[in-house]
Amino acid sequence: MIGIDDKGFYGKFGGAYIPEMLHPNIEELKQNYVAIIEDKAFQSQFDNLLTDYVGRPTPLYLASRLSEKYKAKIYLKREDLCHTGAHKVNNTIGQILLAQKLGKKRIIAETGAGQHGVATATVCALMGMDCTIYMGEVDIARQRPNVERMKILGAKVIPASSGSKTLKDATNEAMRQWINDPVDTHYIIGSVVGPDPYPEMVAKFQSVISKEIKIQLKEKEGRENPDMVIACVGGGSNAAGAFYHYYNEPDVRLIAVEAAGLGIHSGKSAATTALGKMGILHGSKTLLMQTEDGQVVEPHSISAGLDYPGIGPIHAHLFDIGRAEFVGVEDKHAMEAGIELSKLEGIIPAIESAHALYALNQIEYKPDDIIVINLSGRGDKDLETYIKWGKY
Amino acid sequence: MNRIDRLFQEKQEKILSIYFTAGYPKIDDTLPIMEAIAAAGGDVIEIGIPFSDPIADGPTIQESNKLALENGMTLKLLFRQLEGMREKISTPVVLMGYLNPIIQYGMEAFCSKCQEVGVDGLILPDLPMQQYLDEFKEVFDQYGLKNTFLISPQTSENRIREIDRHSDGFIYMVSSHSITGAKSGISDQQLEYFQRVKDMDLNNPRLIGFGISDHESFEKVSGYAHGAIIGSAFIKVLSSAKELKSDIQTYIQEVKKYNYDHSS
Repeated sequence: MIGIDDKGFYGKFGGAYIPEMLHPNIEELKQNYVAIIEDKAFQSQFDNLLTDYVGRPTPLYLASRLSEKYKAKIYLKREDLCHTGAHKVNNTIGQILLAQKLGKKRIIAETGAGQHGVATATVCALMGMDCTIYMGEVDIARQRPNVERMKILGAKVIPASSGSKTLKDATNEAMRQWINDPVDTHYIIGSVVGPDPYPEMVAKFQSVISKEIKIQLKEKEGRENPDMVIACVGGGSNAAGAFYHYYNEPDVRLIAVEAAGLGIHSGKSAATTALGKMGILHGSKTLLMQTEDGQVVEPHSISAGLDYPGIGPIHAHLFDIGRAEFVGVEDKHAMEAGIELSKLEGIIPAIESAHALYALNQIEYKPDDIIVINLSGRGDKDLETYIKWGKY
Repeated sequence: MNRIDRLFQEKQEKILSIYFTAGYPKIDDTLPIMEAIAAAGGDVIEIGIPFSDPIADGPTIQESNKLALENGMTLKLLFRQLEGMREKISTPVVLMGYLNPIIQYGMEAFCSKCQEVGVDGLILPDLPMQQYLDEFKEVFDQYGLKNTFLISPQTSENRIREIDRHSDGFIYMVSSHSITGAKSGISDQQLEYFQRVKDMDLNNPRLIGFGISDHESFEKVSGYAHGAIIGSAFIKVLSSAKELKSDIQTYIQEVKKYNYDHSS
């Protein structure tokens, strides 16, 4: 069985490598989170919000023109239709309810492109909780609209000015802030990264994606299992959600798509499984892009949401045991795929999700295969990048 | 006998441990800084192994890590610099570092090299107790390295007792909820916490760190533990030092406020 063990590891990966100052917080979460989220009242509150506020279930849409072009039956799981524009909100709804049950007063979070920051600021507004978002200075400059969205929603946005001033450093700053103010604060991590129990907790909240796929595919095709599920991986939360109920269904191929940037060996990519080796960052042991001396290297991707030097420990494990196939898609190909989907289906995808779409060109499949692609977000936030790209 | 054990056997109070980042301010400053600390009467030398993502450290130490890496500091180079240090100083030396650079070096190779150059102990802030027991204790023991755990005001009594049971050098008391260098001055609330831990009558000696910067704070916390650790404040001294050796001498003597002859 693929899943987490009682020490918080997925195979060789995971664990909780955290400073002692955070031990009480992590222990509190670990001891309580499963009981809280399995509680009936919690589940009905969570489900109601996902239905009425987020707009779930999101459609499983048979993309006919895309299917025709690629000669397969391609379904898109429309996470782009979630409130706030991406799957991120599934997790923030879950975690803010959890934070309330734990009696926390303040919420902190990191963000790269700003999608998780917006999703966090949104649920904080919804619940009337104090919200501080850490964001790298470089990302603040290149993701201005999301910064303003967070502010309109009432969040404070604090620039992370250390290191490379991007997502990794925003995560460092959020962790430092948690050390400084551990008692009343809950840290909503946005991906399946960080110390145990975060990766599994975030995956559980995102697992609603594959839960719905199973039900919807059964209705449409008379079977719960597609031949393959494709999702992009930065930290890997949308992929974890889309794969979750298929980990242990060996007849379903799992395709994880990483950002190959300007090319895997160009020195400008975020293709962690191709370039990384075992390391420890942000509290877990996982595959990590690093120098020979163990310094974390700055990744590159045209999509800020994939611009992370590691992957969640569950994905490192899926890679390690060969359960998922990892594909690297370059910036230019992701842009092409994003524009192609816009023209063929009238859907402008987030550039993160466009990586998953392009993978159709890089993997083998049979003409009658049923393929589900997790369309994790919409492209509104990426309009500037599309405009700069220009070839449409 | 391990130099840390010997120190705490010979001295029970006002032990001063000084932290600096290897490769800062200049790449070749490691040994000269250590010699100056030892000559000025520092009791323990804590050398930071620079890392790209030091999550338990505040801006001062972050910056020193960044500059040290830009200067080209690596663990391999640090070990080369430390070869022969035991011909020059007898002060206990502790390496402080985040796990990733160490596991890339190889934990066993790292421990073996520590023993070879004469390092006495380790402080690894992102190595929790359970992981230490499961993965690394055996190899630390094999190479005679003391592992120091941190405790903070949030650490429960049970957990402190457990940490005490698994420690055999000293315990690092983080003085407040904070990253390094974040707060200045010692509050009554902190003194209460120091007293509470003192009253627990632990087996291991305690050093208090985070927020200790001068004679006053050093004296104040020394009443509650065996001594204190100064990091960020010392990094600031290094960053503005005109003449490294004499500035270190002046600062340490100012903290201790007496002339300490370490040549004996």
